[in-house]
Amino acid sequence: MANTTQMLNTVFRTCPDTGLKFHGPAENLIKANAVAAVVFLLIGGTFGLLVGLTRWQAVHLLGAEDFYLVLTAHGLNVLIFWLIFFEIAVLYFCSAVLLGCRIATPKWAWAGFALMVIGAVMNNVVVLQGNSSVMMTSYAPMEAPPLFYLSLILFAVGALIGCFVFFGTLVVAKNDKSYEGSLPLVTFGAMTAAIIAVFTIVSGAIILIPTFLWSVGLVGEIDALAYRLIWWAFGHSSQQINVAAHVSVWYAIAAILFGARPLSEKVSRTAFLMYILFLQLASAHHLLVDPGVSSNFKMFNTSYAMYLAVMASMVHGLTVPGSIEAAQRARGHRAGMFTWLRKAPWGNPTFSGMFISLVGFGFLGGITGVVMGAEQINLLIHNTLYVPGHFHATVVLGTTLAFMALTYWLVPVLFRREIIFKGLARWQPYLFGLGMTGVSLFLMGAGTLGVPRRHWDIGFAGTGGITHEFPAAAYTMLALNGLSVIVAVIGGAAFCVIIVGSLLFGRKLGDQKMEQAWIAKPVTDEEYNANGGSAYAIPGTLALAMIFFVSFALYYFINWKYLAETWGIS
Amino acid sequence: MSSLSPPAKKLWWNEPIHKSELMWISLVFVWGLVMTFMMPYWHVVGKQNLGTETYKTTPAKFQAATEAFAEKFTVRTEGPRNHPVVAPPAGGDVYMLGRLWDWWPTVELKKGETYRFHLSSLDWQHGFSLQPANINIQVVPNYEHVFSLTPTEAGEYSVICNEYCGIGHHLMIGKILVVE
Repeated sequence: MANTTQMLNTVFRTCPDTGLKFHGPAENLIKANAVAAVVFLLIGGTFGLLVGLTRWQAVHLLGAEDFYLVLTAHGLNVLIFWLIFFEIAVLYFCSAVLLGCRIATPKWAWAGFALMVIGAVMNNVVVLQGNSSVMMTSYAPMEAPPLFYLSLILFAVGALIGCFVFFGTLVVAKNDKSYEGSLPLVTFGAMTAAIIAVFTIVSGAIILIPTFLWSVGLVGEIDALAYRLIWWAFGHSSQQINVAAHVSVWYAIAAILFGARPLSEKVSRTAFLMYILFLQLASAHHLLVDPGVSSNFKMFNTSYAMYLAVMASMVHGLTVPGSIEAAQRARGHRAGMFTWLRKAPWGNPTFSGMFISLVGFGFLGGITGVVMGAEQINLLIHNTLYVPGHFHATVVLGTTLAFMALTYWLVPVLFRREIIFKGLARWQPYLFGLGMTGVSLFLMGAGTLGVPRRHWDIGFAGTGGITHEFPAAAYTMLALNGLSVIVAVIGGAAFCVIIVGSLLFGRKLGDQKMEQAWIAKPVTDEEYNANGGSAYAIPGTLALAMIFFVSFALYYFINWKYLAETWGIS
Repeated sequence: MSSLSPPAKKLWWNEPIHKSELMWISLVFVWGLVMTFMMPYWHVVGKQNLGTETYKTTPAKFQAATEAFAEKFTVRTEGPRNHPVVAPPAGGDVYMLGRLWDWWPTVELKKGETYRFHLSSLDWQHGFSLQPANINIQVVPNYEHVFSLTPTEAGEYSVICNEYCGIGHHLMIGKILVVE
């Protein structure tokens, strides 16, 4: 028995296209988690289509009860199941594969995977049965059946096991001396995601376990405010896992396609570290208009905690495209400000997806998140459709699109199958990106006009005559949102078709090397220094960063102006 | 050595930072300070700073207080739900409760006067969304939130629930009337 285990632990394959070393059990785990992720993306995306078509008041597809059910299912499937399954795959890839070592305790990893699958399936069954339309937040004292909470707990325990398998694999690599020096930046970024994940899941346990016990009658009461405080330590931090993970993916793609290294290891690593130190502390920005939370606490939380994390994201926002620019310039694309960008492989979905993710996350998700996180401005925005508009830019345009981009590269490497429908794949990130940009902008537009989130009918048809008339522009926004949802869903469906199709029908690659190079050679010191002596001059990226900064500052102050126009409140 | 491999320089933490990065980091840091400054600054000069006075209460207690308030200052009843329209004296206390799926009572205020609002929920969490003024406040059961509101324009305002509260969430709407 010991012998078989030992043998298993030495089963490695070297990918002919990338030179990466795959430990058999690690590879299977990555495959399983990635496939599960895509399945839940498909389910959750379908629910998203129904949500968008119901919000479109002229179509108003679903009845109220179904709408709230589907909205709950949409949130859980995409925001939790799709992303976390994929992130576990990313963790295993960044540890076992990038470090070229065996994965620690594959049996535990499979147990974690099984728990996650059981939790996710059980959650869908419970929600679809109809008594759990409590939204992802499940704010107490609104109550769901015990199995609802239990399913989330099982899923979280599975994910926690995945994180520890990742940490264990880092130890294995260290002991086996499978790499020299410090962890690769991408692995380091993944490690920050895993550390934040542990904090997140522990917070989740602290609130979901008592809530579960309350739902079975063993705990008398759950304080609604305490629930909000602790739930958001879980709910918001889980978004920081996404950010840390997709920023790692950005760096990975910059390295894969351009052979890029960070402009400065020190700066990029410090920025990742700042996520751990500050991001999840900032989760109280969900409580800015709650009773019982002092202004001092709110300001501390927004400024000290959130702005330092924002600073980290803005640093990555410069260094990721900056590292691409430096690599492109080193390889000869030196003319003018933007030749490096024009000459980028825009027809390669791995690049276009990553770049749209970067721009969308920064301009739409980042700016709006910071603006609505200001203590007083939140009064204008809390719980309006602006909020879903914001997070569709961060987790869909940002995280989801980055993960899709990486998947195009991973499928041939992992499954040794060629991507099918290459023409469609070229367009897929643009379709999905365009649709999701629309969703994000139009939801935010409707939110600015005061339209509430998670609301079935802003026409107030069933209220027996007490109504509110939203401006016609709000209805237009919701219709445009519906159209954008359709575009995004076509893009999302195209992704699922291409990926699932490639796994089933893609040309088998076996040990053959593909025609095109699948990973760029790392840019060397000589190449960097050949660039007129200034190895990391990045004028194009700096110009883009300044455009970003000016948009940010303008939009920030415009919102203070809006705020000044409303009723006095103190 | 790319970002997928260990750093090219073993002592990477000793490497100098390029000036474009330094410039950006400084700019971003200063911007963070500006944004940090804006919040306390607005507490001093701005007119929109949500009060944080909060008391523990119970649904029964809060309902009794709201009913007493309505009984004292009701001027008429109106609307499809036959709600009392309560007109408290300028500068006085106002009680409004959220419950599945109603805001109660209807309140009539005078433009430019400041009122002390008391807000709580009798059951689940709700969202007080005053439209079209677009003021949004979380309403949490067992907590009585007290803050001041000063209407700036006359008209009929709606209080919409913007915290999901079950199957009738979209039916939860109330009114605040502002007169000259």
